[in-house]
Amino acid sequence: MIRFIVSRFVQGIIVIFAVITITFALSQMVPGGAIRTERNITEEARKAQEEYYGLNKPWYVQLGLQFKHYATLDLPESYHYKGRGVDEIIASGFPVSAAVGGAALLIALAVGVPLGALAALRPNTMEDRASTLAATLGICTPSMVLGPLIAMLFGLQLRWFNASGWFDSSDWVLPALTLGIIYSAYIARLTRGSLRETLAQEFVRTARAKGASESSVVFFHAMKLASLPVLNFLGPAAAGLLTGSFIVETVFQLPGLGQFFIATATNGDHQLTIAISVFYAALIVTFNLLVDILQAMLNPRIRLQA
Amino acid sequence: MRAAWRRLMRQRLNAWALGFLAALIVLCVVGPWLSPYDQAQQNLALKATSPGASHWFGTDPLGRDMLTRILHGGRVSLEVGLLATAVAAIIGVFYGMISGLAGGRTDSAMMRIVDILYAFPFINFVILLMVIVGREFWLIFVAIGAVEWLTMARVVRGQVLALKNLEFVTAARASGAGFWHIVWKHLLPNVSGQVIIYASLTVPGVMLLEAALSFLGLGIQPPDASWGVLIREGAGSMEAYPWLLLYPGLFFSTTLLALNLLGDGLRDAFDPKSMSQH
Repeated sequence: MIRFIVSRFVQGIIVIFAVITITFALSQMVPGGAIRTERNITEEARKAQEEYYGLNKPWYVQLGLQFKHYATLDLPESYHYKGRGVDEIIASGFPVSAAVGGAALLIALAVGVPLGALAALRPNTMEDRASTLAATLGICTPSMVLGPLIAMLFGLQLRWFNASGWFDSSDWVLPALTLGIIYSAYIARLTRGSLRETLAQEFVRTARAKGASESSVVFFHAMKLASLPVLNFLGPAAAGLLTGSFIVETVFQLPGLGQFFIATATNGDHQLTIAISVFYAALIVTFNLLVDILQAMLNPRIRLQA
Repeated sequence: MRAAWRRLMRQRLNAWALGFLAALIVLCVVGPWLSPYDQAQQNLALKATSPGASHWFGTDPLGRDMLTRILHGGRVSLEVGLLATAVAAIIGVFYGMISGLAGGRTDSAMMRIVDILYAFPFINFVILLMVIVGREFWLIFVAIGAVEWLTMARVVRGQVLALKNLEFVTAARASGAGFWHIVWKHLLPNVSGQVIIYASLTVPGVMLLEAALSFLGLGIQPPDASWGVLIREGAGSMEAYPWLLLYPGLFFSTTLLALNLLGDGLRDAFDPKSMSQH
């Protein structure tokens, strides 16, 4: 177990440095660049800034500088938001994305798991068909269509919430609902498939034979194993949800990380582009590791291999 | 192959999905050409007219006919979906085939690379790529295809590993067949079923990614249109002109539904064992 975690940790560090390298290479190719295009700046100030960011050095020195920033966790300042470290900016955008994403994750689990379980327990009944149909429709409705429709219905028509923006304490509801509905569809489909498969296995029959009640069979024996594919899906999905969906943040005009990323990618703020990509990668690596450990705990047949 | 086709068509839903997609492709190819309007042709006197006899799906605020734009946009979206999937499939099949055939250290190194790539924040790379290449149409599907091949590589590698030590391959080798002959005549035909299944499941994902990029203003650029562009424009004016969002959204969702049904149907048809899950 410890060997597994250590090896995955090393792998995670490789991922982070590969992401720094690729993002650095890509951002070198972005036309423009914050400092080069800036107006009303004295020659000395420009020199000082180039010196600080190492822009007057060859590319490999600049890349080395990036590695040093992240290896020592001494993060650089953004080009665009002067005087603010990239970590400060991430800290201002992430809570918005995380609030919406966390709420969406809870909605998705609270709706998706019961819906899928209901369908699996009563195969080929009306309940099964209705729940499968709902899940399929959810998967096929992209967030860029569902989001505006939800904003129109609850924001503009019923006026229960703001249609966009991040002003009131209830502004997380509509974006979280949009993401939650879509993810609950995926979770319902996965739950249904894997619970049906699990219920047909020998150990479930054994549990029934020894006199366990139906609810105990389903919730203690079958669900434990059936939740593995769902968990597998949730690892990357949770990382994506917490860091914010680019689409939903655009539809509801939320000042989340996704919006920062699109802005920085377009205006050539390389420092922030790299930082946000690294942050995403770190979250994905962490969630994948958590999922692997949880899976090993739920299914004794899984051996963690380094 | 023929048996798989029969199994696919036995489910009425699959036949409907296939029929819908075929009709859609014909409409998107022929429609813009038959239409009396040009998708980019503006008619400011019309402004946004609601759906009616001369413009079945209405016009947008610049007076462009929505039906023509939807069909033209559908052609672009489907093109990107199919071409990006083809790029992903080619990379994935090559990578998986080499990894599976090489075996040993090369195989485990290649698969470790895939593991590492799975943890990449690809959407960030694609967004950066789109900013760099300045919205060149052909680069959109290269960029998308270049990030969607990982699962395909894993699937093909697994198949090759299972196949390469089977008797018929050994027999071919014993009878003097060359390396490429074995790959071309014996391995590729046997992995093609799995490749078709995963390709059909990749197409909707790729179309969603293209629509997302276009929605963010990074993909297809107006006045050219894809469904993502139309949905973006429709979402901007949905309160006043709801049909500008509803029709493109409906087309897109129905297409995704048909593609998903067909993908599931193909999986069941090619791999009857998986039927138990459904």
